[in-house]
Amino acid sequence: MSSTTTTLATTLRPRTATAAESARLRWGRRFQHGGWFVAPFLVLYGLFVMVPVARGLYLSFTDANISGDHTSFVGLDNYREALKDDLVWSSLWHSVQFTLYVVPAIVVVALLMALVAHHTVHFKWLWRLCFFAPFLLPSAVVGNLWWWLFQPVNGMVNHVLGTDTPWLTQKSTAMLAIVVATLWWTVGFSFLLYLAALQAIPRHLYEAAELDGAGAFQRLTHITVPNLRNITGLVLALQILASLQVFDQAVVMYQFTPGPEESTRTFVQYTLEQGFTSYRVGYASAISFILFLIIAVVALGRMWLLRDREEGTTR
Amino acid sequence: MTTPTPAVRKPRSSWTPAQIALTIVALVLSAIWVSPLVWALSTSLKTPTESVASPHWIPDDLTFEAWKGVLDAGNIPNWFVNSVVVSVCVTFIVLLTASLAAYGFARTEFRGKSALMAVTMAGLMFSPAILGVPLFTTVQALGMVDTYWGMILPQCAPAAMVYILYKFFQSLPRELEEAAFIDGAGRWRIFFTIVLPLSKPSLSAVGIFTFIASWNNFIWPYMVTNNPDLMTMPNGIATVQNAFGIVWPQLMAGGLIAGLPLIVVFVFFQSQIVRGVAHTGLAGQ
Repeated sequence: MSSTTTTLATTLRPRTATAAESARLRWGRRFQHGGWFVAPFLVLYGLFVMVPVARGLYLSFTDANISGDHTSFVGLDNYREALKDDLVWSSLWHSVQFTLYVVPAIVVVALLMALVAHHTVHFKWLWRLCFFAPFLLPSAVVGNLWWWLFQPVNGMVNHVLGTDTPWLTQKSTAMLAIVVATLWWTVGFSFLLYLAALQAIPRHLYEAAELDGAGAFQRLTHITVPNLRNITGLVLALQILASLQVFDQAVVMYQFTPGPEESTRTFVQYTLEQGFTSYRVGYASAISFILFLIIAVVALGRMWLLRDREEGTTR
Repeated sequence: MTTPTPAVRKPRSSWTPAQIALTIVALVLSAIWVSPLVWALSTSLKTPTESVASPHWIPDDLTFEAWKGVLDAGNIPNWFVNSVVVSVCVTFIVLLTASLAAYGFARTEFRGKSALMAVTMAGLMFSPAILGVPLFTTVQALGMVDTYWGMILPQCAPAAMVYILYKFFQSLPRELEEAAFIDGAGRWRIFFTIVLPLSKPSLSAVGIFTFIASWNNFIWPYMVTNNPDLMTMPNGIATVQNAFGIVWPQLMAGGLIAGLPLIVVFVFFQSQIVRGVAHTGLAGQ
């Protein structure tokens, strides 16, 4: 009570600012500029994103090695070499192959998990915990764990399936093993996105449909699925971008080797092999930019699709 | 009002046939998803010889030798501290700089803002995986190879987090800030006393996902450190297999030690995480 009266009194009284106060005000006014808010982030962003991008672009036109000595400009030589390099194409294909397998699997399983976790009445916390827990593991742990599970003799996968498939040492199943491990590991994130999207669908839509006599299946196809279209677009985009950059779990499952008959060497792995094993920084930068171009096409393609749709719908 | 209208339904039992079916599906899926972890635990409690015998879930002679062996190797506490230092610093710096930047982009006007915004959004397309080699030579030029800063700072510029918070700040009603403005509060006061408290769920989601990503980051610490004293948990665990050779109980115990801290954290924070994801508007985008 008393404090309110004091504040009122001080605000009502015509006040003369003390020197200290006006200094503080001046200081305050100078830093009101919006630029100060974005500056700290932009410093970090400039140093650790823009500078490396520019540097990488420059290096891709040179024959730089890791020490940075005796660098000379070679024009488009690196790019020309990359286009003719079979390992660029095969490793790119492995990353694309991985993406084609893992993304649909993640979308389907994440959606199924979210529907189940959303519509059950009991133990919701338990389902959330079980589905999301693997996402919390470091990639190295996931790699080691599935390396163990896929062992041909006494591996749990073969034991459960009653088979004796040498999952990790034959070309036909090597990529599948990485896909299974990745699905298990990362589906939890997409599951959470779907779960949040399901919770955001207004309840009254379901109640109205139920009153109109719509069955559970009709409610699913007429209310749930259309309302999940946006989130599915987001999940697809995030997963495609992440999957094209697959690296960690694959190299750990295969102990940093290119896998059976070199069938699991991913694009990022090849880039790093060139940069850190062969010390060809210039060439590694050039092939990194090829991957960047592909990712940019995917990202811009998504933006273009979204813009198209926003114009098309009246909302 | 004395006679119940037909529209009012009886409180139905929660165990309808549909619920039972759904619960069974959930149980099966959960069992599949947890079983690899249970298998890791089971393996870690076996002797090396028993671990490579025909697979069975319950160890015949339960032993903590593998856990002791990994913990006694002396490095785990060291890796753990490194991981905590790196992840906590990254999370703190990201939360502070990304929320400030997002607020600046969402609520202030200055010359060149839209250009800077576009440059930041272009960052959504660059990832450490693509930048790996030039990022390394940049950090090398800054003299930060084999330092904490070299591990921390390059993880602190996630355009995605700025974007998420930017979207969220845009959705806040302006009236709250305008009232404070009229009372003479500056932007900074408004940001710290009005905007941030309103953003707790979004900030906790951004913070938690930043922390998870940083804790589990494998590729960057692997590239930027040679000094074993600076290894983080994931890197240390990846090298354990070299140290022990392939001893499955040790490998699995090490993996569980690396993974458990975050799983324990999630058990306590899971409702905040789900609420945070919903709150950021990411899901309803």
